[in-house]
Order: sequence, then structure tokens, then C-alpha cells
Amino acid sequence: MLERPNDPADAPQADGDIAPAPVKFRGAGFTPRAGRYSGWIALVLVIGLWQLAGSAGWVNPLFLPAPSAIADAIYKLALSGALWHHLSYSIMRIGTGWILGTIAGVIVGFAIGLSSLARGVGITFISALFPIPKIALLPLLILWLGIGEEPKIATIALGVFFSTAISVYSGVDAVPRNLIRMAQSFNVPFHAIVRRVIWPGALPSILAGFRITASVALLLVVSAEMIGAEFGIGAFVLQAGNLMQTDQLLAGVVILSLFGLGVGRLINLLETRLLHWR
Amino acid sequence: MDLIAVHISHRFGALEVLDDVSFTVGSGEVVAIVGPSGCGKSTLLSILGGLLQPSEGLAELRGTPPPDSRNPLTFVFQDFALLPWCTVEENVEFPLLHTGLGVPERRAVVDDALRRTSLSDFRRTYPKQLSGGMRQRVGIARALAVRPAILLMDEPLSALDSQTRELLMEDFIRLLADGSMGAVYVTHNLEEAVRLADRIVVLSRRPGRVREVVTILLTRGERGDIDARGKLLALHGDLWSLIREEAIDAEREVQHA
Repeated sequence: MLERPNDPADAPQADGDIAPAPVKFRGAGFTPRAGRYSGWIALVLVIGLWQLAGSAGWVNPLFLPAPSAIADAIYKLALSGALWHHLSYSIMRIGTGWILGTIAGVIVGFAIGLSSLARGVGITFISALFPIPKIALLPLLILWLGIGEEPKIATIALGVFFSTAISVYSGVDAVPRNLIRMAQSFNVPFHAIVRRVIWPGALPSILAGFRITASVALLLVVSAEMIGAEFGIGAFVLQAGNLMQTDQLLAGVVILSLFGLGVGRLINLLETRLLHWR
Repeated sequence: MDLIAVHISHRFGALEVLDDVSFTVGSGEVVAIVGPSGCGKSTLLSILGGLLQPSEGLAELRGTPPPDSRNPLTFVFQDFALLPWCTVEENVEFPLLHTGLGVPERRAVVDDALRRTSLSDFRRTYPKQLSGGMRQRVGIARALAVRPAILLMDEPLSALDSQTRELLMEDFIRLLADGSMGAVYVTHNLEEAVRLADRIVVLSRRPGRVREVVTILLTRGERGDIDARGKLLALHGDLWSLIREEAIDAEREVQHA
């Protein structure tokens, strides 16, 4: 049998006069965790302070309307039906442009991820065209497609396309090669490897890309509507700005923010549902 | 069904990895491939399994596979290669999805493979919820599901702790006991080779050449006997003396690379 001291007091004593000291804990920190309510508390505090500044007359309401005035503007817009009218135009443009850009981006991204020829050609084009601010192409698109919904939708689709294609081929590249070799070792056909190995393996990157393209689409729809539209949240914000109706302007901004949050939640839901295995 | 390595040589660019390697894996035979690090053991296995084209030579199958075999040459991978988005049973079913088997037949095959690897209670579990040893069991169950003639095992225990290695080694011995399935077992662990193999192919350092082929005359059952331990220990020592100098050279080469 092995003998070992059970009681710390039985352990060998340290040298002479040196008193034993507990080992100092050095492993704290570097594990940031968001508190459950801290974000909401901070938001309420900022809004409260903002409201106080408005109510006490510390700031000119023309420059910064109080949150209550913005809420009132949203309520009136909703009541009059103008909110839904503008929102429906923006949603139609974002939805159509995003879907078209996403479909094209997924197809091209997969082609680049799977074919040497497509990779050689596609990456060169994407590298050259991706950095161009797509809104700069709107006048050209108006020339090509006429004045109407088409150039705005095309601008959004172009913006979405490049980010989607990049996130898709990056996702395909990131699928562990050992999984593909495993499938090949079982004689699984090419199409089944794409469907059952590469697609689910690339999905985390594709969904991360969706998060980015949703923001890109929102940015571009507002820009496009500010340049050439009668209706839409972007057009509404611009008109309110021109008329110095800052409460309405900020109402539009709040609606855009809520829209962005809503899309973010939707993508969270998709991730929870499709990536539950992570 | 025999698997034959016929004068296989391979190079990656200017780097010569294998040089004229030839040997045969007979029906139901377990052949271990050992050698110093970087001698081309895993490359050789990839060539034998058709995942890599050799620069010269070929891997050849002779004889007919067992009638119910759906993938005569089947890999068991070092890193398990499980689909993380599939449950245990979906992973085991994966290679069967394109074999033309109907759902009831597939289910029966999966059930049998899970039972043989003691995984029946974990069928709806995801790989990330399993320990390394259990994940490798899933890899083995997936291989068994296609009823291979020859298992190609690429250091299947090297990513596992010693206790799990011991348990899985017992599983391998049990699964290979009836001789219905052969195996090529790539390992750097001589003890594993001595316990499992009928023959051991010793490769030289890079470029890997067949340096020696050692036949173990004891059956796997006999190797558990106390009387056999001395012989196995001596064999282990002989193998190590064959490899030791080259392993040292290979290690220095890696450090200088």
C-alpha cells in the first residue's frame, strides 16, 4: 500500500521561520460575459437622461427631439397609415433585392468553392468589383433600367451578391477536407457530398453572411430611396430632414433600427434552428 | 479478398515519400504498418484506399468481396471524421444512403452496427456530446455498417487517452476475431501493432521502403496468455531496435525542417 499524509498538518513542514501562504489566484479575467439585464438597464438610463434633457429644456428640441416626441411622431405616422405605406415600399425593395442577390451569390459562391475554373475567374472579378460602393452605380443603373423600382432593387441585389458570394465560398473552403475524403471513401456521389457535407458545413458562414447582407441591404435601400424615390423610409427621412421635422426624421431612424433588430432576431432564430448541432 | 501494394512510390513535389513499397494483405489478415515519423505510413494507406493517386505503382484488389459488402475498402480515421450536424445513428447511416438500400434495411444495418459497438443507447446523441473514445466507436460502427472486406485504420487510437485506447483495442480484437474482415492498421505504437497484427510491415525513414516484414505466429487469443507475454515483449524490443535509430534521425530531420 502507498502511504500518504491525509491531514495537511501531517504534510512536511516548510523551512524554519517561513510561514505557509496560500497560493495566490491568478486566473481571473479574460472571460467577458454580458449580464442578462445590463444592456437594457443602460438603454433605459440613456433614454431617461435624453428625455430629462428634453423636458428640462437643456437641448433645443429642433436639434434633438425628446424620446417622447419621437414616440408620438411614430404613433401619429402609424395612425395615419403613412408609416405602413413607406415601410411597405422599403420592405418590397429590400426583400426583392436581397432574394435576387442572395440566390445569385449562393450559386456563384458554390461555383467558386467547387470549381477551379469558376474560382480562377470569379475571385478576380469579385476582388475587383466588391470594393466599389454600389450606391455609386445607381445613376448608371437608372440609365440602364429606367426610373422605377428596378435600379433600386438592382443596387441592393448587387450589394448583397458580393458579400453573399464571398461568405459562401469562404464557408465551402472552411468545410473540413477530412469530412469530404470520408464521404469519398464511402463512394458517396458528388451531388450528395455537396448536399450532405458541404452545404451543412458551410451553413455557419453562409448565415453569418446573411447577417452582413441584411445590413448592406438596409443601408442601400435608404441610400437609394434618398436619391430617387417618392416613398420608402429613406425618402421619408430625407423629406422630414428637408422640412426640419426632426421628430419625424428620428422616427424614421428608430423604425430603421427596429427593422434591423427584427432581421437580426430572424437570423438568430434561423441559426438556432439550423445550427443547433454547434 | 486480397489487397496488394504493387511497387508503390509517391512524391509530393520534390519530396519523395514512398519508394517501391510492395506487400499483400490476405483475406481476413491484419497487417500493421509501422515506421518512424514522416515515413509515409498514412500516405501509403490513402493510396491503398484510393484517396490518393500514387506517383508510381498501384494498389490492387484480388478476389471477390463478400456478397453483402457495400464498400470493400473502408477507412477508420484518426480524427473520426464524423459529421457534427448528424446524430450518431445518422452518421452510421450516412454511407448507406446511396447504396440503394430501403429504409427498413438501412435501419436494421444501423441497429446491428450500433449494437456491435455498444452505441445503441447513444443513437440520438450528437458527436460533440461524446467523448473521444465514443466518437471513434461511431467511426467504427459506420465502417461496420458497410460490411467491409478490409478495414483501413489510420492511427485510430492515437487521439485517445490510454484507458480509452485499451478499451477500443479490446473492441478491435473482438471485431477481427472471426477472420471475416481483414485490416491494414497504421500506427506508430509498436505495442498496438504487436497485439493486433498477423504481420507487421516495418517501413524505413523517408522515403519509406519496406525494411522488414515480421510475422507473428501467435493467434490474437494466445497473445493474452501470460506465457506469451515474454515473446511479445521480445518482439516489441526487436521492432524498436529496428526503428530506433531511424526514429531519432527522423525526429532531428523534423526539427531542422
